[in-house]
Parts: sequence; C-alpha cells; structure tokens
Amino acid sequence: MYVYADNAATTALSPRALEAMMPYFTETYGNASSLHSPGQRAAEALQTAREAVAKAIHADFKEIYFTGGGSEADNQAILSGAAIGARKGKKHIISTAFEHHAVLHTLQKLEKEGYEVTLLPVHENGVVTAEDVAAAIRPDTALVTIMFVNNEIGTVQPIAEIAAVCREKGVLIHTDAVQAVGHIPVDVKALGVDMLSMAAHKFHGPKGVGALYARRGVPLVNVIEGGQQERGKRGGTENIPGIVGMAAAITEATEHLEKDMAYVTGLREKLITGLEKIPHSRLNGDREKRNPGTVNFCFEGIEGEGLLLWLDQKGVAASSGSACTSGSLDPSHVLLALGLPHEVAHGSLRLSVDVWNTEEEIDHILRAVPEVVDYLRDMSPVWDELERGEMPHLI
Amino acid sequence: MALYSETVMDHFQHPRNVGKMEDADGIGEVGNAVCGDIMRMYIKVKDDIITDVKFITFGCGSAIASSSMATEMIKGKPIAEALELSNKAVAQALDGLPAHKLHCSVLAEEAVRAAVKDYYDKHNIAYDPAIFGCDVACAHEHDHDQAPAEE
Repeated sequence: MYVYADNAATTALSPRALEAMMPYFTETYGNASSLHSPGQRAAEALQTAREAVAKAIHADFKEIYFTGGGSEADNQAILSGAAIGARKGKKHIISTAFEHHAVLHTLQKLEKEGYEVTLLPVHENGVVTAEDVAAAIRPDTALVTIMFVNNEIGTVQPIAEIAAVCREKGVLIHTDAVQAVGHIPVDVKALGVDMLSMAAHKFHGPKGVGALYARRGVPLVNVIEGGQQERGKRGGTENIPGIVGMAAAITEATEHLEKDMAYVTGLREKLITGLEKIPHSRLNGDREKRNPGTVNFCFEGIEGEGLLLWLDQKGVAASSGSACTSGSLDPSHVLLALGLPHEVAHGSLRLSVDVWNTEEEIDHILRAVPEVVDYLRDMSPVWDELERGEMPHLI
Repeated sequence: MALYSETVMDHFQHPRNVGKMEDADGIGEVGNAVCGDIMRMYIKVKDDIITDVKFITFGCGSAIASSSMATEMIKGKPIAEALELSNKAVAQALDGLPAHKLHCSVLAEEAVRAAVKDYYDKHNIAYDPAIFGCDVACAHEHDHDQAPAEE
C-alpha cells in the first residue's frame, strides 16, 4: 500500500476536471480573443468557468482574475494593495511571520522600495488574533495580508474578524486562501475581504492556474503586462484547459463540502490520536482551529528528512519542515514562528489528507510512523542524550 | 534525477556499523542539534589499528549515509590512514552528494578525527595538535545558498 498524504503540497487531478479539460486541448483550442467561432467557443468556456469559480466563493464573475497560480495571485494582490496605499501616502503593510514565501518575499521586495512591514507574531497555537491586527494598524497602513489556512500546520486564521477590523479602520485586506478554498467554506462576502488568492492544484484541479478575487472597486496593478486579457489586468493568452479544469474542480469540491469536511476531520482526528501516543511528540498548531486535513507533528530526537525518506520506503508520502528538506540551514520559518526550538523543529512531519484518503490508509500511516520514529531514535545521539538525562526533554 | 545516488540510498537504508559501543577506546561527536545534524563515532583500537567502529547519527539521509560510508572506509585501517580520510573521499565513495549536502561528508571526516583525538587524549598518547588542524569542535560549514523548496 502506498498512501499519498501530502495533499497540502499538491493534489491529484480529479477525473471530472480532467474530462472537462480534454476538449480544450485538441478540439476547442481557439484563442479566446479571436473573433472566429473556435475562438468564441473558447471565450464562452472562459466565461462559464469564471462564473463557476465566482459562484464557489460567492463573488461576482467580474471580480475573478485568472492567474498562473497562487503565488502570482499573492504577488498581484500585495503589489496592488501597496500601490493603492502609496497613492495616498500610505506605505505600511501588516502580515504575519508564518506566511507563504510568495507573500513574505513580495513584502521583502516592497521593503527595499521603501515600504514598512510589520510581521505579527502567531502565538504558540499558530493563530493570529484580530486584536493583534487592530493594535498594529497605523494611520499609514495600506494593507493587511494574512493567510486563511497555514500551509504547514493547517491552523485557520480568524479572517472575518480581521477583515472587520480592517474595514473599520479603512485598510485593505487580502488573504492567501490557497489552502482553504475547496477544503473549508470560503465566502468572500461573509468574510469581507478585498482580495483573496487561490490555486487550482490544491483542490484537485490542474497545476499552473489560480485566481485572484478582487472586490469591485479595488484597482489591480499588473504583474504581467500584455494584452487586454482578464480585463487588462493579466496579459497573456488564457490557459483555457487549465481554467476549465479549475472551474470543474472547485465546483466538485464545494458540492458536498460539509459532508467532506466531516469525513476528512474524522481521518485527521484518527491520525492525531494515533500519533500522540508516540512519546515526546507534539502536535503543532491549535488543536481545534485547524483545517480538516492537515496534521503537523514534531518528534523529539530525530530529523525530518530521514523520517520522510523512510516513510516513502514504507509507503507513505509526507513532508517535513526540517532544514534538510528546505535546503537551507534553518528549519521551517513557520515552526520557528510558533516558538519551537531549532532542534525540535528539525524533527517535524506534515501529513495532509483529504477526501480521497481512506480509513485503511490512516491505519497504514499509523503503523509506519511509530516504526520509523523508533528506528531513527535508536540510532540518534540526540535521543541517546535525552534518554540518559544528559539533556532535558523539550517536548 | 533522484536527489540521492543509489549508493547513498543503500547506506541510508542499510547503514553499516550502526549502533553504540560500550567499551570504545575513543568517541568523537561533532555537529549540533540546532543545525540539524550530529554524528557520534566510536572506535576500538589495537596496535594502532582501528579494529572496530560504530556510529549513531541524528540527521538527514546523507548524514546517515556519510557516517556509514566513513566507518567502512576506516575499519581495519591504521590510525594514520584514518586521519587522512577526507570529506571528498567519503562523498566520492557515495557516488556524489547534492551540493547542499556536502557538509554531511565534512561532518563524517570530522567525526573520525574527533574519535581518534579522543583515543589519544584518553590513552595519554602524545601527538602534534597540528595534525588535527582546525579544532574539531569548530562549527562545520553549511551551505546557505540553496533557496528553500516551496509548494
């Protein structure tokens, strides 16, 4: 048995999305900007897809801008918020320490251009509060950008409350909802956000396509200059098969959302309960305020990459925030933002399951993980020192 | 292409000489948990020959494979030869390591030297401190150039 438990990294394309996409590669391949009938059929498919995506998040179709993925949507949202603020002399942006790098690196770029960025702490439970945001807002704050669901630990941020604070203070609010859309209810009107990013491949759509929701009246700046596609806000011939696939996937994912959430939450709870039995382990992030499928654990005395390689051998695809898997000296910035010491953060494991996973697969994971943790601890000098009491256990 | 060579994966999955040694003549430990890898190497010495060697390692796949390979390369060898083991030789024997993992082979070389130094110190064997060059306790170099992978 091989279990794919890395759905927060990417998901398999759903057969329904694949089927919807196929004709747009080989039959209806026209350019949506062309006046001939193949082109016009592509334009119709684009419009239908735009309406489907809008409907799934309770937006108007004119508020949906298709992009080349979640990172591009994040870039465009933040650069737009910054530009809008600058016109009014506002050059302060608020975000959090555990955003995706698509957000953090865009903010770093803006800092070099003279913007000031405040990164809010995320507390030990990985949740930022509306009070933190309210306290950080200044008269020159242009934008607040806070992720809806954290990609590594799965904690859900109180975006509706944060957006209410922002509205009250007249500050634009963007949320990176890449890990939320298709997994928990996302209603842009109820949330009250100005901009929201999403990526199709996180909910069984194709890779390389995403969308930015921008509330009517929020003027976007271009990341890609070009023709008049996407109301002039994103140049380049539209990726019709990808966009059609995204629309099919989001429709499918939101059809039985409540039922799916209950099922996936059950799998997640089974995973957490099983993994908690491993001594000196720790669930990262708030136990309750988390999205249905994401589980992140630290196991003391071992290093994450070895864990992943062994799990792969044992038939489990997972991910880790260890330095070795990130290719840098430091372990995951997300785990460090929670206040975890480096040596503990190195031993992290993220399992992300979804509606495609089964109970049997969870059982398989729960057999494999303790086995591998035991094996690696047996050959770990850190574990040896912990067990002999030469070093205190941290978790 | 896979991240690791077949040899690295073989040594990772079937580490040679893994485990602790109760009656070691010398023990060397290098690295630190904050950086994410620690190697501890145990040696047994008779007539200047390393008759047995064991290791335990906290670290990634290449750290485990590098330790394993280094133990194979010094087992049964005279101490003088073990001290000549270079990180490059370890990496080559593993059929190469990814650039950002080369420090793992450096750590293996340092672990061997640390174990020998401990053996000398414990047995009051005089040596020229210069043969250990830089202090084995010094922090090994990590590669900072690699950008983190993202999804």
